[in-house]
Amino acid sequence: MESEPIIRVRELSKRFGDFTAVDRITFDVARGEIFGFLGANGAGKTTAMRMLCGLSYPTSGSGTVAGFDIAREGELIKRHIGYMSQRFSLYDDLTVMENIRLYGGIYGLSRREILRRTAALLERLDFRAERHTRVGRLPLGWKQKLSFSVATLHRPQVVFLDEPTGGVDPVTRRQFWELIYEAAAEGTTLFVTTHYMDEAEYCSRVSIMVDGQIRALGAPAELKRHYGARTMDEVFRMLAREAKRTE
Amino acid sequence: MERAITAEGLTKRYGSLTALDSVSFAVERGELFGLIGPDGAGKSTLFRLLTTLLAPDAGHAEVDGFDTVKDYRAIRRRVGYMPGRFSLYPDLSVEENLDFFAALFGVRVRDNYDLIAPIYRQIEPFRTRRAGRLSGGMKQKLALCCALIHRPSVLFLDEPTTGVDAVSRNEFWEMLDDLRQRGITTLVSTPYMDEAERCDRIALINTARILGIDSPKGIVARFDEPLYALSGERMYDLLLAARQSPGIRECYTFGETHHLIAEGGFDPVAFLRSLDEKGFQRVALHPIRAGIEDVFMKLMHHGE
Amino acid sequence: MGGFLSFVKKETLHIVRDPRTMLIALLMPVVQILLFGFAISTEVNNVNVAVVAPRPSETIRQIAMRIGASSYLTFKGFIPASDIDRTLRAGDADAVVVFADDYDRRTADPASKPDGKPAVQLIMDASNTNTAAAGAGYLRQLLTNPEAFKAAPETRLLFNPQMKSAYNFVPGIMGLIFILICAILTSVSIVREKETGTMEVLLVSPVRPLRIILAKMIPYFTLSCLNLASILLLARYVLDVPMSGSVAGIVGMSLLYLALALALGLFISTIADTQVTALIISAILMLIPLIMLSGMVFPIENMPGILQAVSCIIPARWYIDAIRKLMIEGLPFADVLDDFFILAAMTAALIGVALKKFNDKLE
Repeated sequence: MESEPIIRVRELSKRFGDFTAVDRITFDVARGEIFGFLGANGAGKTTAMRMLCGLSYPTSGSGTVAGFDIAREGELIKRHIGYMSQRFSLYDDLTVMENIRLYGGIYGLSRREILRRTAALLERLDFRAERHTRVGRLPLGWKQKLSFSVATLHRPQVVFLDEPTGGVDPVTRRQFWELIYEAAAEGTTLFVTTHYMDEAEYCSRVSIMVDGQIRALGAPAELKRHYGARTMDEVFRMLAREAKRTE
Repeated sequence: MERAITAEGLTKRYGSLTALDSVSFAVERGELFGLIGPDGAGKSTLFRLLTTLLAPDAGHAEVDGFDTVKDYRAIRRRVGYMPGRFSLYPDLSVEENLDFFAALFGVRVRDNYDLIAPIYRQIEPFRTRRAGRLSGGMKQKLALCCALIHRPSVLFLDEPTTGVDAVSRNEFWEMLDDLRQRGITTLVSTPYMDEAERCDRIALINTARILGIDSPKGIVARFDEPLYALSGERMYDLLLAARQSPGIRECYTFGETHHLIAEGGFDPVAFLRSLDEKGFQRVALHPIRAGIEDVFMKLMHHGE
Repeated sequence: MGGFLSFVKKETLHIVRDPRTMLIALLMPVVQILLFGFAISTEVNNVNVAVVAPRPSETIRQIAMRIGASSYLTFKGFIPASDIDRTLRAGDADAVVVFADDYDRRTADPASKPDGKPAVQLIMDASNTNTAAAGAGYLRQLLTNPEAFKAAPETRLLFNPQMKSAYNFVPGIMGLIFILICAILTSVSIVREKETGTMEVLLVSPVRPLRIILAKMIPYFTLSCLNLASILLLARYVLDVPMSGSVAGIVGMSLLYLALALALGLFISTIADTQVTALIISAILMLIPLIMLSGMVFPIENMPGILQAVSCIIPARWYIDAIRKLMIEGLPFADVLDDFFILAAMTAALIGVALKKFNDKLE
């Protein structure tokens, strides 16, 4: 690897009482990677992701995201990452422009800068005609693209995507992944969770969490070879079936 | 023998929005019938019409031989319904939930225990636990038990696998397969295309309309264009390069490969040569058979 | 019928397992009764009175002693006339009684009227109008010398001779609590099932929707009856409300009011889709008008005409009025028949509308 990893996690743990949600996980993510973060329900994905986003303190272990310490510099991390999930998205009762302006303001961009980036964004997404439409009236696929573009408006080095494509039609899902590819090609690092195992194949590398630990880590092709599986779905099922936790 | 479900020209509008546009299909007795489509396609509206929760604006439907509007009471006695979210009472225990749903249909749990036994046994160790504290997979199993407890003749499952991990999803489909072998007719909806193959027959549904109905094999046989899988290094660049090459109608990502729909006059050898000239290495291209997702996308484009 | 009973059981479990509901439902009535009965009191108790008397005669000293002896007034001592303003401003006294220097002479001979100046003057701190008005009243009574003014009217307070304000609040609290428990909790519990999706499953079952609703209401109705009993007992034995009227009348009136509240809850549940909406509708549509316009806090007779008209459509107005008559004035049931019929008509109308809306939703 030619440069410092953008995400660097060492022996990171999170315990709630006597329950260990995340159990000493260690991994690096390089700049420009699309990193798939997989795991069954209750394997500890969400807890781990919250720690990386500076929303939750680790019980032990350490980590840095974009050069900031996750335990001490949570506020700085929040300013330097993008975050998008199915739930946290755009305000339906604001127009496209109003949403963009709002998020630009939240991330402290200047008025001029917001205007400039808004114009570029509308151009790229071909949304100019819809800029005064309320987001609630847009088709789901459009909303998603807009949501991603808004999450990356402040040009974050890392973007966390929490199940960004749930329930979306196959065409829109692919268009969305092309946005992700495009962002990665421009040097942004993407950290993605998904329930679609075919999407795991799109990632540069994936990790699979079972019972709070990272049980497998590598490029999809490597993992398939290692486990003698045809698809990532098979790999995932082989590993997840060993889970002892029932939540 | 009459069919389990028939729907003819079912239409439902909410104001200016058409949620379901003249949908017709039929489900045979004992069939495991899948309704495959993304969110907002109209799946839940269709379920509400068939389970008598809504009345259609046009068209009509029968379930188990009864009209969904006129004989709704008869239908409510006969069907089992599991709506989108797991409809359990989180503050009641596993057992209390099951007892309650049994009482709702005027049956005793032990009378129909044989039907739910294979599923219920998996959650029985937790029977005193409150439903709200179960994992997603266990909630799903309990909800299925509750929907089955009165031995329904037709089972309606609206997106039972959404938000559940791949392992639980797989287990769930095994349970449905088991129920089919015991003669239960099931209408199940899902946004996951890969689950379509577990059904006897499927209807692809998008933006309020049915795109096609057939067996999973029959559906994929409808894909009549040459399809190739393309893979290599620098996948994203490869995708962009392929789209600019001649003789290619469409190229889209598909898991570890890209799928490429060729037009007449496509020359694979020339195509590979041109990629080589552009500096792509270890490129592989081979013809493949289409999957349900390929067909879905093709039919979606047709509709537009 | 087994289905129905298990419904009631399930609903009871929901209530029992939610500590917040239990707390609201069982503790709130007791706390409110005690709070209004003891802590919050609208009667004026300690009016501090200072006296200015250039020549404190025997008569004046006796009046001062009577001020000190009154349970409503507190004698704060004699002050010079120059200190009146400062004393009131500092809050050391709420009222100052100023005697003219020839007070004795003038009260002895009421006919004498030399310079038009009054013999005695009351100066009140009117920043709290209640205290001012009540204090002035007490003082006027005390200063009115029955020997000198034979024609002075005598005031007798009936029904609530000690002017204990807790009495007046008990009917108001009852009007509030039954709406809270029956209407709000019922509507929230119905809407919660809509939110979690269980309502759909219930509807796709052979049980009639009406039964589902009825089963939901029973536990809340029972809870309200428990509260009715505890309120009546507290009122009788802790607050010493005499309950001289018909207890059966009070109970009957309350049961009618409960039915109305349940219908109101059902109605709210048909127009709200989330628990939050149900709460907001309840607060705006019911609680605020109930507290402001039902006569619970502000007397209806003192409202502007338009608000008086609006108060007529608030069920609690009629209920509180009837309970006041029955509980405090001790009137027979025959005297609240008009309240009863108005409330009965409202209940019938609400049940009708709620059921129609509820059925329409199902199509």
